[in-house]
Amino acid sequence: MSVRRLILIPLLFQIATAAAAATGWTVDRLMHTLAQNAGGTVHFTERKYLAILDTPVESTGTLVYRRPDHLERHALTPRPESMVLDGNALTLTRPSGSLHMDLRDYPDAAALIESIRSTLAGDRAALERNYLLTLSGSQHAWTLDLSPSDTRIAALVVRIRIEGHGGQIDTVSVLQADGDRSEMRITPIPAAGS
Amino acid sequence: MKRRTPLIVWLLVLLVCAVGVSRTRFTADLSAFLPSAPTEAQALLVDLLRDGVASRMLLIGIEGGDAGARKQASQALAGALRASPAFVAVSNGESIGTDKDQRWLFDHRYRLSPAVTPERFSVAGLHAAIAESIDLLASSAGLLLKPIIARDPTAETLQVIEHFSRYRDAPTQAGLWTSRDGARTLLLATTAASGADTDGQAAAIATLRATFARLTTGAGHENLRLLVSGPGVFAVNARATIKDEVARLSSTGAALILILLLLIYRSPTALLLGLAPVATGALAGICAVSLGFGQVHGITLGFGLPLLGEAVDYAIYYFIQRDGADAGRFWRTIRLGVLTSVFGFGALLVTGFPGLAQVGLFSMTGLVTAVLTTRYVLPALTPARFAIRDVSVLGRGLRWLMGRSRRVGLLPLVAGALAAATLYVHRDHLWHHELGALSPVPEADQQLDARLRQDLPAPDVRFLVVASAHDADTALARAEGLGKVLDRLAADGRIGGFDSPARFLPSRATQAARIAALPDADTLRTRLAAATADLPLRADKLGPFIDDVAAARHAPALTRASLDGTALALAVDAMLIHHDSTWRALMPVRAVDDAHPIDPRAVRAALEASGVPDAVFVDIKSESERLYAGYLHEARTAAGGGVLAILILLAIALRSPARLLRLALPLLATVLVVIGALSLAGERLTLLHLVGMLLVVAVGSNYALFFDAGEHGTDGPSLRTLASLVVANLTTLAGFGILALSSVPVLHAIGIVVGPGALLALVFSALMHPATGPRRT
Repeated sequence: MSVRRLILIPLLFQIATAAAAATGWTVDRLMHTLAQNAGGTVHFTERKYLAILDTPVESTGTLVYRRPDHLERHALTPRPESMVLDGNALTLTRPSGSLHMDLRDYPDAAALIESIRSTLAGDRAALERNYLLTLSGSQHAWTLDLSPSDTRIAALVVRIRIEGHGGQIDTVSVLQADGDRSEMRITPIPAAGS
Repeated sequence: MKRRTPLIVWLLVLLVCAVGVSRTRFTADLSAFLPSAPTEAQALLVDLLRDGVASRMLLIGIEGGDAGARKQASQALAGALRASPAFVAVSNGESIGTDKDQRWLFDHRYRLSPAVTPERFSVAGLHAAIAESIDLLASSAGLLLKPIIARDPTAETLQVIEHFSRYRDAPTQAGLWTSRDGARTLLLATTAASGADTDGQAAAIATLRATFARLTTGAGHENLRLLVSGPGVFAVNARATIKDEVARLSSTGAALILILLLLIYRSPTALLLGLAPVATGALAGICAVSLGFGQVHGITLGFGLPLLGEAVDYAIYYFIQRDGADAGRFWRTIRLGVLTSVFGFGALLVTGFPGLAQVGLFSMTGLVTAVLTTRYVLPALTPARFAIRDVSVLGRGLRWLMGRSRRVGLLPLVAGALAAATLYVHRDHLWHHELGALSPVPEADQQLDARLRQDLPAPDVRFLVVASAHDADTALARAEGLGKVLDRLAADGRIGGFDSPARFLPSRATQAARIAALPDADTLRTRLAAATADLPLRADKLGPFIDDVAAARHAPALTRASLDGTALALAVDAMLIHHDSTWRALMPVRAVDDAHPIDPRAVRAALEASGVPDAVFVDIKSESERLYAGYLHEARTAAGGGVLAILILLAIALRSPARLLRLALPLLATVLVVIGALSLAGERLTLLHLVGMLLVVAVGSNYALFFDAGEHGTDGPSLRTLASLVVANLTTLAGFGILALSSVPVLHAIGIVVGPGALLALVFSALMHPATGPRRT
């Protein structure tokens, strides 16, 4: 499977780029579409593949986003835990109590969170401060690759890939410099509307 | 020969006093007006006000310019101040030093984590801890744990960081600390100098201002303004104000008195002679205070000098009445007057304020010396053919007033009764009930402080649990004992949480117990294999963990010095303080939220039940109110006692209840009218106003005595006597009246009561003089 993928990806990439150019689906248009997104609540399932662990760990729960910089991640499994990010103030609440942090104290976490938050906000300028953007696909199935331009982030993250359709994000995959990776699938909650 | 003896004694006294004064240390610090405290909690409070880390915090705001300029200035200022030895810590919301702090917490996790117990390092304990860590890896906190999991699979670091984070639980806004309206960037700086070291505080503040000026003038940020507040600023400003005002007011007062006397006497010789008793009295007073207290406070001089205006009066009485017929009666009156003043000021000696006690001693010594100088030295100094201008014309106004006594003699009593009614109506709003009322900090400065404090995460601690001991380690051990009690209270929802210095610096016993819980490398390896058998994290990846545990078992114990260079040192220093031979671990206690305030009785009961010795729960707000109430009560008792002593003295001397009543009624009316008027004007009374009232009675009784003494004559007091009273009154009015203009509450309160009070006392005494019918000469 992986060999096939390795061959396929560049190929697909070229096709997608060509398609994007053809349809006029550009980073600006994607950002504009994303910026229309008022925010809301979605489901997530995240799998982390860590070298130190023999099997991946999975967590599920909901994500809440409010423009421009408010992000919440409420995990239900494997243990209830919630993370609320407001500006740079990060509050982590676990059954044992809550932990307040300043995001700037944790640059690696900040780089990851910022990429998601800025994508949600459709803030191209913020994304381009730290990443080179490559868009492929069409409006109905797009892939945005973020490659760190900042060496400090590059020491931690090789690539962040965000896939979606229209103004909706479907998956966020992060490949870390140490080979560990994570994949988060996002699905809307039907009853909650957008 | 007989004429020369007093002169020689006088010169000797002058010489001794001059030497004494030259060796005197003068201070202008506020601590003399922080009362010496009676209870353990209050002593702690006063210590905290003086030395606590809160007293070393400077709150800094930068406003003006645009947001970018303010941000640049905030960063540049923080950077420059961090490099300055005058400051031990500077925060502006930027994250600095945390890497070092986290590293330190990580390195010492096995001594710091309360989770380290023998059970946690059993097979079952390790299994549970590691399984939890694996779940944590899945969570958003996983990013924190992942880099260290091979060395710390039980996640002790997170246990420790959680405590640390609670301590610095402070709201930060994007980038830098900014006021809610966004108009100011904010910084918090801790000075190296203690709060009690006013010189050090002044130097630190000067460094701060100079640094700001240097950073902004070059950079085109001239429109930025620096706001600084905090206890250090208050202390430095107060000292400057006191120094400045004492010098300005007493020199203005002295100049006024000199001009007044010169106008009246029209004789430089008389002026010089008149000043001899005052100068002698002042020298002797300073000397006595210096001997009794080791130092002389600026405020003592500030209102000690106008008090000596009373000493000027003695010379005035002497010159003007010298040629009068009945010298014996004159000196008896003066003696009684001095005694009443001495009784009045004696009451100040027993108040809890070292500052007021100084004033009492200064005035008593000064007055007695001045009157002795007037009695024995002035006659020897006065040239044989010396005569001053006839000033009896000044007495006419008083005589006229006395002439009105039949028609309006009851006016003072009516005014007094009206004032009493006013006071009764205002009785709930008469008194200031806060220690802050004595603070010389201007209202505007207090408001700036409150504004900055609201915007900043500055510690505003109200409840403290305090563990005391004779050494730091025992204090920490006791804090750990009390911490267990507080943990239970927190679990029951009685309190929201607490901080403790023992979190970052556990007692030796606790550290030893934690280290003893760590198994040796072989045991740990065996147990890990069993514990991780069914986990995705295999034991063979945890070699670094085994190494770290082995290293921790042989690492030296943590001491205060181990914390040097981390922000944690500041946290520990803030909560572990020592004064003389007592170490105190302070544990700030938070309420759950505003709707669930702390019940002090429940906390006290739990602390008592814990059996930890010398534990105290302090509610700083109510304690400081109680402290002030205690002083108010003490001052009331002292003032009441002083007035009573004066009345008893007069009763004995006058031997007639009717005369006593006639003498006391105008004084009573005076005090009531002055206080009533102040209260109508919206001034809240402090214990210093009380002291002022006492002085009104002491000074006013002198006037009254002369009216009474004059009663022996057929014609009331002679015009000469009346003139001397008018001159004496004018000098008192000048000396004290000028104090009323002061912005230092201590000086203002005394001045505003004694200035008008002295004038009214004279007018009322004249109006209520029993002489019958209008008599004009």
